[in-house]
Amino acid sequence: MSLDVDVHHTLGSFTLDARFTAPPGVTALFGRSGAGKSTLVNIVAGLIRPDRGRVIVDGTTLVDTGRGIFVPKHRRRVGYVFQDSRLFPHLTVRQNLLYGRWFANKSGGASGDFASVVELLGIGTLLARRPESLSGGEKQRVAIGRALLAKPRLLLMDEPLASLDEARRAEILPYIERLRDEAGVPILYVSHSISEVARLATTVVVLGNGTVTAVGPVADILPLADADDGGSVIDAVVARHDEVFQLSMLSSRAGDLQVPKLAAPVGAPVRAYIRSRDVMLSLTPPQDISALNVLAGTIAAITPRGAQADIRLDCNGAALLARITSKSVERLALVPGRPVHAIVKSVSFERS
Amino acid sequence: MTPEEWTAVRLSLLVAVTATAASLPFGIAIAWLLARGRFWGKSLLDTIVHLPLIVPPVVTGYLLLISFGRRGPIGMFLEQTFGIVLSFRWTGAALACAVMGFPLMVRAIRLSIEAVDTKLESAAGTLGANPLWVFATITLPLCLPGVIAGAILCFAKSMGEFGATITFVSNIPGETQTLPSAIYTFTQVPGGDAGALRLTLVSIAISMAALLGSEFLARRIGARRVAT
Repeated sequence: MSLDVDVHHTLGSFTLDARFTAPPGVTALFGRSGAGKSTLVNIVAGLIRPDRGRVIVDGTTLVDTGRGIFVPKHRRRVGYVFQDSRLFPHLTVRQNLLYGRWFANKSGGASGDFASVVELLGIGTLLARRPESLSGGEKQRVAIGRALLAKPRLLLMDEPLASLDEARRAEILPYIERLRDEAGVPILYVSHSISEVARLATTVVVLGNGTVTAVGPVADILPLADADDGGSVIDAVVARHDEVFQLSMLSSRAGDLQVPKLAAPVGAPVRAYIRSRDVMLSLTPPQDISALNVLAGTIAAITPRGAQADIRLDCNGAALLARITSKSVERLALVPGRPVHAIVKSVSFERS
Repeated sequence: MTPEEWTAVRLSLLVAVTATAASLPFGIAIAWLLARGRFWGKSLLDTIVHLPLIVPPVVTGYLLLISFGRRGPIGMFLEQTFGIVLSFRWTGAALACAVMGFPLMVRAIRLSIEAVDTKLESAAGTLGANPLWVFATITLPLCLPGVIAGAILCFAKSMGEFGATITFVSNIPGETQTLPSAIYTFTQVPGGDAGALRLTLVSIAISMAALLGSEFLARRIGARRVAT
């Protein structure tokens, strides 16, 4: 699937003027609230008719104002998982799940396999219940299943975890990962959470104030997108688990990393997101420190930011960002090309 | 009760049920238009629908008489094209009752449609349901309590309608003499008090039964779901 969007839409005093092309996989639409993410997704879903522009999914034109094409939402086959689940209160979970499938069958499309979707999302025990008796996390899983069973050519997820607490998020994220890896449906995922994007996305589209400010692979874009802190994405593989200390050993290009024990099996690919603030630099290999993870690298670039500076390290080909004070830059006489040791204080390790 | 009184009761029930059943589809359609539609002349339509509620019933009856009567433009058209005659027939009484009950019905249904979350409707749309299916599978089931309330209101109004009915179709025993007309007739003759009282009690009993029935239905629907 490829998604080709080029739209212009004015909503009151807000103007959305977005253009991007996304390759197959999970495309994250990332930006602060009010950046126009939901408007853009609603245009793709057909809930909003853009003033000008076009939306093309996999070669099928859904909107082209220039050619007078506007496919109504019920013929788009674009699944939509809303932030507020929007399950039908008068139907059971099973009836909710089958709602979209019925229309997909009617229009001759192949429908999703009920049993496998129910299994994938772990909602088999909920089928006879009504939406009001479900927890927030369960509601979202049912909503995902409902959208999936309509056999969409593209799945839109508008901050599906935003209304949930941390525990519920942790409960749902693995299901979305399985969805990405097993269901094979391309996903446009709206989020303002760096860790969600780092964990799920292949491509990131950064939206700021109605315009696309950056598009690209997650490892390239995310460090730029995290305006507050900055950070870097490192791909790794689970090497082994340490049962005694409840740790997992990961190997990556940048070096070995030890993290609190992951649920992922040995050999599973994982993606780490390391915030720039959580990286310290040392000229000599540090000894007798509590931090477990020390990566060797050379300074690739230094970007001053007032009292602070962003140091870009090259760790055997992997990029690692560190944010330290300008005073430290001067005290340690850091210059590009200088070998240093990066002490990683904390990592959010996510399965990929 | 005398056979004449039974006839009045049966006729009233027939008129009220016919008026309610025949106006329900239109009532739902108009209520939907007023709740969800965006079109020129919406407030005009709203006013016209509410007109029977605010003008004297006699005025409504008279307007029906001059338009649906045998010499009225619509009445003439109906008679020549379909052979339907409404004036001085029980069907005319049903029309008068339907017109008088219509605003009450539309109000109740409109309010309950407005209470249905449009987000659920757009969600159904993204799942492949066209607007008609969205209405049939989402909007209508969710506003059913309002539809029932509207129908009961229309039925109750029809059972009690007097002014417009007597003006439009007169007070013919066995044809257009509904309960209120029969009670009115009893009060106009000496010694009619007993008959008037009997019919009054019947009228109260029917109205209460309708109300209790609607409560029961609404509760059953309410028990099946709780709106989120």
